[in-house]
Amino acid sequence: MATLDRAARSFLLSELVSGMALTLKYFFSPKATINYPYEKGPISPRFKGEHALRRYPNGEERCIACKLCEAICPAQAITIEAEPREDGSRRTTRYDIDMVKCIYCGMCEEACPVDAIVEGPNFEFSTETREELLYDKQRLLANGDRWEPEIAKRLELDAPYR
Amino acid sequence: MDGFLATPVGVLAITVAQTLALLVPVLIAVAYLTWAERKVLAAMQLRKGPNVVGVAGMLQPFADALKMLMKETVIPSGANRFLFIMAPMLTFLLAMIAWAVIPVQDGWAIADINVGILYLFAISSLGVYGIIIAGWASNSKYAFLGALRSAAQMVSYEVSMGFVIVTVLMCVGSLNLTEIVRAQENIWFFIPLFPMFIIFFVSTLAETNRAPFDLPEGESELVAGFFVEYSSMSFALFFLGEYANMILMSALTTILFLGGWHPPVHAEPFTWIPGVVWFALKISLCLFTFIWVRATFPRYRYDQLMRLGWKVFLPFSLVWLVITAAVLKLTGWVPA
Repeated sequence: MATLDRAARSFLLSELVSGMALTLKYFFSPKATINYPYEKGPISPRFKGEHALRRYPNGEERCIACKLCEAICPAQAITIEAEPREDGSRRTTRYDIDMVKCIYCGMCEEACPVDAIVEGPNFEFSTETREELLYDKQRLLANGDRWEPEIAKRLELDAPYR
Repeated sequence: MDGFLATPVGVLAITVAQTLALLVPVLIAVAYLTWAERKVLAAMQLRKGPNVVGVAGMLQPFADALKMLMKETVIPSGANRFLFIMAPMLTFLLAMIAWAVIPVQDGWAIADINVGILYLFAISSLGVYGIIIAGWASNSKYAFLGALRSAAQMVSYEVSMGFVIVTVLMCVGSLNLTEIVRAQENIWFFIPLFPMFIIFFVSTLAETNRAPFDLPEGESELVAGFFVEYSSMSFALFFLGEYANMILMSALTTILFLGGWHPPVHAEPFTWIPGVVWFALKISLCLFTFIWVRATFPRYRYDQLMRLGWKVFLPFSLVWLVITAAVLKLTGWVPA
């Protein structure tokens, strides 16, 4: 009987028909595609995107040139030079990130004692030349100014898990 | 007016006009088949498919064609230049001339010849030459392997296709395609000859090198098969030829089994729609199934492909041929 059953199934192509039925079901079901440049998917608060240097609300830059990020960076993408400012506080004179070397691990962010260097939510920073990806301090601070509202919100959202 | 049309020039002009009236829609259909394939395949994989160029991506085929035209034609240094350029032209030409005998409506065939089905069969068999020549002339191992596979596959499946066609011919009593469709006025042949219809459809998949029988292309092992070395318009010609062949095979399936231009029921609302439209709708249904099959089944292994062709389809179609012949003889339904 089992043999007969199997023979009947293979002659009636039951497996092929059920496969076709499944693809037809998917043909009519709602699509998963996001219309990318116009629609974007959700991003976690921990998303590690483009770097930014943050400032305090009074406009003073947070970075104190402790060089912990430079030390921990596994790709050695960060270069920092520092000397005391006129008012005696220790600040960076140079803060470069080679975005081509960077592996977006987020260690710099973890190491920073003052939450100065962060990886923001922006992932759309492609350029046409390699040189444009060698970020300097000015560029990083500008990023910080541009993304501060979102960065602050994300840090707040992620705070309970730290 | 009659005087002019009777002259050789007039006859030529009429033939050219008829050919254009058939081939232009066919080529547009080819363009939109590539679009439809991408859309249907995408929908079955929960994607959206092309939707940027024009409304719902409707202009995508033309954008692609334009891109193809602008590309550089690369001829490999080891290739046989003459044959390398000939092969895509041959493939495209064969896919086009087969349309000469297709009756899109009662009496609407460019050449309503008495051996239409044999002509089609001969042309589709010649199609393998384009592929073999391309594979050989490219002087590349992938192209060569693809061509070898394709040749073996097309020859194997033509045998069982031949038997299916003979079965239909026995039921009609004519080799003329128009006659074959006329014989299906009351009942379409896919109902009495259902197993043969399935075998024929699967064989056309193999004949047009479509998934799950796309071993000649076999992108996972042969890169692109027989047309790896082709680029630009020569590639586009292969592509056009392949899709035109798909439409041709669907047209043949429609003529042999799905009642050609006949509406499903010879009653009021259905008869308002002209036969050409019914013919096109049935072809579209076949093509949808082509794409649907591609979205569903994984590629056959080569020995499985040969086993299916020679050990399953051939004996099965032979047995069914004998059964059909016996039934026709015993019931006295043999057509005059």
